[in-house]
Amino acid sequence: MATPAARAAKSSSRESSASRAPVGGSSRENSRAAPAARFRFHHRAAMRLRVATGSPAALKVVAAARSAAAPVQLCWAEPGEPPPSPLCPPWAPALQLESGAVLFSPNAICQYFFLRRGQQPTDLTAQWLEWEATELQPAALAALYARLVHGRTGAEAAAALGGALGHIERSLAGRGTAYLAGDAESVADVVVWGTLFPVLRDEAVPVAELLQSWFRSMTRSEACRSAADTVLLPQRLQEFTACLQKLPPPRPLPGTAAGCEEDDVSERALTEEDVAAAVDAWNRGAAALPKPWRPPKPVLPVEGMRNVLITSALPYVNNVPHLGNIIGCVLSADAFARYSRLRNWNTLYVCGTDEYGTATETKAVEEGLTPRQICDKYHAVHADIYRWFDISFDCFGRTTTPQQTAISQDIFQRLQARGFVLQDTVQQLHCAGCQRFLADRFVEGICPFCAYQEARGDQCDKCGKLINAVELKTPRCKLCGGSPAVQPTRHLFLDLPKLEERLQPWLENCWATGNWTANARYITRSWIRDGLRPRCITRDLQWGTPVPLDGFRDKVFYVWFDAPIGYLSITANYTEHWERWWKNPQQVELYNFMAKDNVPFHSVVFPCSLLGADDNYTLVNHLIATEYLNYEDGKFSKSRGVGVFGDMAKDTGIAADVWRFYLLYVRPEGQDSAFSWGDLMLKNNSELLNNLGNFINRAGMFVCKFFGGAVPPMALTPDDHRLLARVTAELRQYHRLLERVRIRDALRCVLNISRHGNQYIQVNEPWKRIKGGEEDRQRAGTVTGVAVNVAALLAVLVQPYMPAVGAAIQAQLCLPPECAVLSHIFTCTLPPGHRVGTVSPLFQKLESERIDALRKRFGGGQAKPPNLPAQSDPPSAPGAAPPDPGRIRELTARVAEQGDRVRQLKASGADGARVDGEGGEKQNGAVPPPRYPQLSRVLPYEDALPSGCLRGGSGVTRAGRVPTRGTERGSRISPRETPPESRAHPTGVRAGHPPVPRSPPRTPPLWNPSPPRSGAPPQKPSSPREPNPWTPHPRRKIPPRPRHTFLPGPGSLQPGPSRCAPLILPRIVLRRSAASAPPPPPRSPFITFARHDAASASANRQPVV
Amino acid sequence: MAAGAGPFRPGASPGKMAAAARLGPVGDELALLEKALGLQSGNKYGAQGERQVPVLQTNNGPGLTGLITIASYLVKQAKKEQLLGSSAEEKAVVHQWLEYRVTQVDRQSSREDTRTVLKHLNAHLEDKVYFAGNSFTLADILMYYGLHHVMVDLTVQEKEIYLNVSRWFNHIQHYPGVRQHLTNVVFIKNRLYTNAH
Repeated sequence: MATPAARAAKSSSRESSASRAPVGGSSRENSRAAPAARFRFHHRAAMRLRVATGSPAALKVVAAARSAAAPVQLCWAEPGEPPPSPLCPPWAPALQLESGAVLFSPNAICQYFFLRRGQQPTDLTAQWLEWEATELQPAALAALYARLVHGRTGAEAAAALGGALGHIERSLAGRGTAYLAGDAESVADVVVWGTLFPVLRDEAVPVAELLQSWFRSMTRSEACRSAADTVLLPQRLQEFTACLQKLPPPRPLPGTAAGCEEDDVSERALTEEDVAAAVDAWNRGAAALPKPWRPPKPVLPVEGMRNVLITSALPYVNNVPHLGNIIGCVLSADAFARYSRLRNWNTLYVCGTDEYGTATETKAVEEGLTPRQICDKYHAVHADIYRWFDISFDCFGRTTTPQQTAISQDIFQRLQARGFVLQDTVQQLHCAGCQRFLADRFVEGICPFCAYQEARGDQCDKCGKLINAVELKTPRCKLCGGSPAVQPTRHLFLDLPKLEERLQPWLENCWATGNWTANARYITRSWIRDGLRPRCITRDLQWGTPVPLDGFRDKVFYVWFDAPIGYLSITANYTEHWERWWKNPQQVELYNFMAKDNVPFHSVVFPCSLLGADDNYTLVNHLIATEYLNYEDGKFSKSRGVGVFGDMAKDTGIAADVWRFYLLYVRPEGQDSAFSWGDLMLKNNSELLNNLGNFINRAGMFVCKFFGGAVPPMALTPDDHRLLARVTAELRQYHRLLERVRIRDALRCVLNISRHGNQYIQVNEPWKRIKGGEEDRQRAGTVTGVAVNVAALLAVLVQPYMPAVGAAIQAQLCLPPECAVLSHIFTCTLPPGHRVGTVSPLFQKLESERIDALRKRFGGGQAKPPNLPAQSDPPSAPGAAPPDPGRIRELTARVAEQGDRVRQLKASGADGARVDGEGGEKQNGAVPPPRYPQLSRVLPYEDALPSGCLRGGSGVTRAGRVPTRGTERGSRISPRETPPESRAHPTGVRAGHPPVPRSPPRTPPLWNPSPPRSGAPPQKPSSPREPNPWTPHPRRKIPPRPRHTFLPGPGSLQPGPSRCAPLILPRIVLRRSAASAPPPPPRSPFITFARHDAASASANRQPVV
Repeated sequence: MAAGAGPFRPGASPGKMAAAARLGPVGDELALLEKALGLQSGNKYGAQGERQVPVLQTNNGPGLTGLITIASYLVKQAKKEQLLGSSAEEKAVVHQWLEYRVTQVDRQSSREDTRTVLKHLNAHLEDKVYFAGNSFTLADILMYYGLHHVMVDLTVQEKEIYLNVSRWFNHIQHYPGVRQHLTNVVFIKNRLYTNAH
């Protein structure tokens, strides 16, 4: 039988105890849930649906249960847990009915849910179900296998579906109905959707129109969407992948194009012409390669060339970037910039530190330096880190320059002149003593709700309600103890609604021609859908770009207006001809790299500024946003000492190129990913050392050892031709992927080439043939020559990823510099007679002891956890001494803590109006660690940042700061609202990251989960309101799922956290398992059947306890 | 799987080649079913693709494709809906075994696969008279047709190992109207291999 289920059933013997574990969703800790909660389930769950983790069929049964509103109790089985019935493959879902009978066929289970509701099967639904079981399922399995095990892209994997998609499209067209079996949704739709969804989840998969619209409407239906959220978590996918990997590749069905065995695919893909073309290219030699382009400095656009301008989000100067920040923008952009240069595209890569803002001011006070000195100091720290990572900036500048002021003011004045700037008055607390407007969290007073004396400006500690600072009774300034007064203050707003009419056509055009990642499109779309509102662009600060307008001269521009202009001003510092890059959309292609939290500022706000300024600016063509990188199972956190930060990476003794390789290998491309030490070791040892390094070393060593260091003459055979064609196919794929900035996927192609190479050497055994006769020796020469040329190709292909390794290979092989260029052909660059240099190993093995030590070192715990007993904090007497730095630090720490709390409250659904009163700094999660001045004094400066802002993502970019309310209401400020920032510095957002409640480890969901339904306080998405079924939720957080969840039955049963406790279920009384009871006396086939009725049958069933 | 070869090959039985040759294995099975259901044979069958999926040509519309689909249609045509199960649960169980028939029984490609199927079925039938419990359904008919060529080839010892399957199979082949021209598979009454269990 072809199903993996059956194979798995055969291959595994199980113990019977595990199945009754009161299992909870993904995390084992859930099984500890309160026994009281278990009880409640008993009488409610009529049927019990057991789903194996990672099972592909789980999706459709859960979707069907929800669609038919079946009162079902869902429980998860771990892989390896024995099925409730020996008949039931461990992979398949099993439904235990009220009668005790078990259904194990996913389609029968789905069918049953609909039957219960009185929906009888029709000929048409029966036909779809049968087709799905016999045709679609095997093809979908092959597609999943290709995708998960072979790491194919969504589109390639979908190709394995063969004619199945066409069949659906034709049926929909032929019947002219909206659904598969009529005009209403039926079991057929759910079943087919459930099988297709894991394969088609990629937007990139080309799908015909009718199928597309059917598929989308299914995906958007409540039942399907919630099922996808429930079932398709990444850890399940990993389990699924793990199990798939153990199985032999699915056998392609006759009649389908389900080729999934890797070699099959490449073998089949090779036509005679491909082979002939590859041989031809090989024979043309190095002369066939284009001459490498070495642009004069400074790099300027050249007429007739492809001029590529690359930016990566500007890291905020006060943060030391962690690995997530590094992969999120600068490293990704660097890999692409290097590729772009190797392609002979005229490339300029700019970046720099973002330096303005209150955090800089505060730190300056703390360290007794000027803001300028602080920036100088930390700019150097950043530059060092990126230098160590070998980031090839053409210019790494900073935003605190005269050019920044000039360009920002110019853009502002043009916007002002064209009527895109509004003025409005806002009520804010102003402290006469400090001479400043106060942020909510720098105010204390009497709670307007419960009259608590020491309520904070954003929330009352006693009643927990969220407060608008101006509503506090008798407010006090926390800095000086003075009494701030409510004062109207005028601010400037960018009129985004008015600019929208320019934005829309530009976006449409840009999306049609440019390459935007799916998350970038989605986040942008949801921003616009939610409606654009005027955004405040001024702040009452000193450290910033002054506003060149009378009445506002004491104010500065707010960071999100100012910071993206940094790209322009940094270029202006690099070359006086900066306008040839930035006011030249005709000749320049602009790539912006960032983590997804920065998308709206680069896709909506900044383009609006530039469109409004109306000066022929170069706008982004390709917006490349990554998802988040997690650290091991949690988040990076400076304050908890968890994770590896830029400045520590070099202390690990692991080479920068290995770091680059691994970070790019796990680049959160399309979905969140995680840095893991174990995986780093594995990838280093298996991919770098055993695959890539081994191949290059062998190829080089054979030349040295057997042929005296000179490439031997080659006489190519058809076998060699096929290798050339295979390498060429991978090379083409490498280009295809990198042209779409699929950096991680393209790395797989590089590794595939060296895998092919290794196999080639292994099969041909040159080390044996060299000892043989003349013919064998000649063959050894050919193989060595071809292999060393593949190594020379790899030297160039790895350059975007590992520049130093690439250079080392080039040096070892003495590859001429003019061959260090990428083209679409694989040619012989090391001709016979070419002398190679000294060949030495490229990589080192990483030992597990060393990795364990590193894991321990960076695993947290070395920094004191911030949860020390609370220090008493008497309110300052009015008129106390002027604020001292320690005091400020302490206060900011408390503010940060408060910010976290507020966010949690908001996330758990606090009153909207109150939440709306929250200022930006709350969202920002702000400043230093909680309340323990003694702690913040001993920790290095980065510790003054909340953990939330240090998680994955670009993290660092200030442009990403959302100056605002971190709620669903969208991070907007309307003129009527308090301008969020005359106040504290939005450090968290400054860090570019929405701070996240600290508690549960984040479980990155894989498929566009809706906002979580239950569990720990979810992080509210900041902009999108409803989950788009097509793309990952930009800021989502899925709490660990309880192992048992109610599926909503008729009229009730929204699963809530309290209900989702584990439960010891009534035994599945099914049949005796062979192990637990003696077999019955054998019955003769001729015993009459009458005796074999239900009574005798049940007598035979013995509970296995 | 063996390409093109349906699992059910009654035509392979000696002496019964004529009908099989005309209709092909699948059509043959459906013709058997029609007869078992007491229908006038008048339906036209075709086969699709390499797997020879049966297609029923109807006067209107694109016809029906797939063994389960057509078989269920025939049952309804014969007004014997009870063969599809009477309760929701029974219907689901019948569907489940029909699906098992086409996905598992029909896909077996090696002796190993066959043995796994028989082992599963044997376990299932341990406490049941019929596949759906106590009533005779379409699942029994199609499973019988699907397993016929397997059972024919079993050794006496194997028939004893899969005792419950043997009992069930013997029962069905004696069910009025089911076996028709198919070979009667002989089961020995007395156990020969007493230590088989």
